[in-house]
Amino acid sequence: MKPRQITLSTTPTDEDIAALRLGDIVYLDGLMYTAREGVYMRALEKQANIPMELPSQSAANFHCSPAARINEDGTYEMGAVTATASFRFAKWLPEWMAKSGAKLIIGKGGMSSKDYKSYFVPNGAVYLSTVGYGTGALLGRGIENVEAVHWVDELGLAQAMWVIRCKKMGPFIVASNLKGECLFERENAKIAENIDRVYEGTKPATLKRYGETDNRSDEVI
Amino acid sequence: MISIDLIQKTAETLMDKAAIEIPEDYLGGLKEAANTEEGDLSSFVLEAMLENYEAAKEDRRAMCGDTGVPRWFVKMGNETQIEGGPIALEAALRRATASATNGVPLRPNRVHPLWRTDHNNNIGIGAPEIEYGYEPGGEWIDLITVHKGGLFGTDYRMLFPSDGIEGVKRFYLDSLMAFGKRGLSCQPAIIGIGLGGSKDICMTLGKRASVLRIVGSRNSDPKIAELEDELKELGNSIGMGAMGFVGKNMVIDCNIEVGYCHTGGLPMSVHAFCLSSRRAVARIHGDGRVEHRTDPDWFTDYQRRETVEWENAREAAE
Repeated sequence: MKPRQITLSTTPTDEDIAALRLGDIVYLDGLMYTAREGVYMRALEKQANIPMELPSQSAANFHCSPAARINEDGTYEMGAVTATASFRFAKWLPEWMAKSGAKLIIGKGGMSSKDYKSYFVPNGAVYLSTVGYGTGALLGRGIENVEAVHWVDELGLAQAMWVIRCKKMGPFIVASNLKGECLFERENAKIAENIDRVYEGTKPATLKRYGETDNRSDEVI
Repeated sequence: MISIDLIQKTAETLMDKAAIEIPEDYLGGLKEAANTEEGDLSSFVLEAMLENYEAAKEDRRAMCGDTGVPRWFVKMGNETQIEGGPIALEAALRRATASATNGVPLRPNRVHPLWRTDHNNNIGIGAPEIEYGYEPGGEWIDLITVHKGGLFGTDYRMLFPSDGIEGVKRFYLDSLMAFGKRGLSCQPAIIGIGLGGSKDICMTLGKRASVLRIVGSRNSDPKIAELEDELKELGNSIGMGAMGFVGKNMVIDCNIEVGYCHTGGLPMSVHAFCLSSRRAVARIHGDGRVEHRTDPDWFTDYQRRETVEWENAREAAE
């Protein structure tokens, strides 16, 4: 069965969000901003004023550093865009979501169902994953305009806050829902049924390691 | 004498091609995977990737927004002379890396590990890495650029002779499982495995096995070639596909390179060259001809030599 395809605004209504199902394919219209560790640290730890009206202008936070340049005349050239792994930002996301009102967190790999239940669901937010990874050229085609780039002097091109106008930008996959369920964990559980058979004919290493897990049903994120 | 301007110009073209054009061998492997994939979601992902490669080529934009960490592998025939010598060569490669970062554009990915200083051009201390190889005879230089993703899919472990192939298989599976979930290693990938060498060379061998050998290539030792086939199949039997969704394509190919190691050890490294396996190669001949290709052809008999004298070994074989 082919996944369902949906066009969604970057300032979605609560009903729009509630209608999303795990595994749906989403294309986005509207303003989206990039924010990752640099922006989070500056906005939350250094208390800098966020240079956008959030969430009225955009409720879509992309964990992304684009392949982009700033031209000498001040215009922008953005080629490919893809996401970076989101689990590393769990430290800042609860505070960021409360402050920014973000409803769509877009990135690579998703978060845990524990994260979804503890601060996505209470904020009425879901996680969209990029596809691949990564369909950088296809996502680049979905950029109608680069509206602004903030904090480039302070954070550099890769960590700056890029503001992008999207026109049917995608594909993205719905990786969490308002119940706090996690698409990746659902898939992991199915794959885990096969693990014992795959590991037949292997044996543990002679020299052990200090480590948090060697249970193959666990995740490392 | 090979002109330094020609080297820089060729290097700039290679930076562009690596970021934009998926190599034919990987594309062939991925098409085959897309044909056999049955998982709904993993099928969708593979089809989207095939569409993405087309979009990148049509628009001349990078395949992936994370354009990896650009680096260089340089190989020369023994008679090669470069205008300005090796110092000029390294300067030309650094200049090409910086100008292509701004030109394509690529993402400026290289920062200081502690201060996070970003020169916005992929240049810094030790960046880009430039590594060398030599071949007997010939007046030519091969420029190979690889822009590998930098964060996930790689691991190293000191195994021992008593671990044997069973231990090798387990560490291989553990690496695929750990980084395959949620698609952190951007699979299906070219998995490179380094066996033996000193610890650092074990990493180097595995890295080179993933980025400097193409899909469909096999190690010249038939028993290692057999192990490559076996590990490819084993990886694809996990039941995991693209993005960690249920599927059967995890490994587009598995390449193994070996080096002699300490008598008491069996060091092993695993590396994953991702869905945007960025590599591009050109040979510049002494007469100024430039030939582009995508196969680095790095691991020649000379690179894998195991005797004291090369000439003697070659004569003995003849």
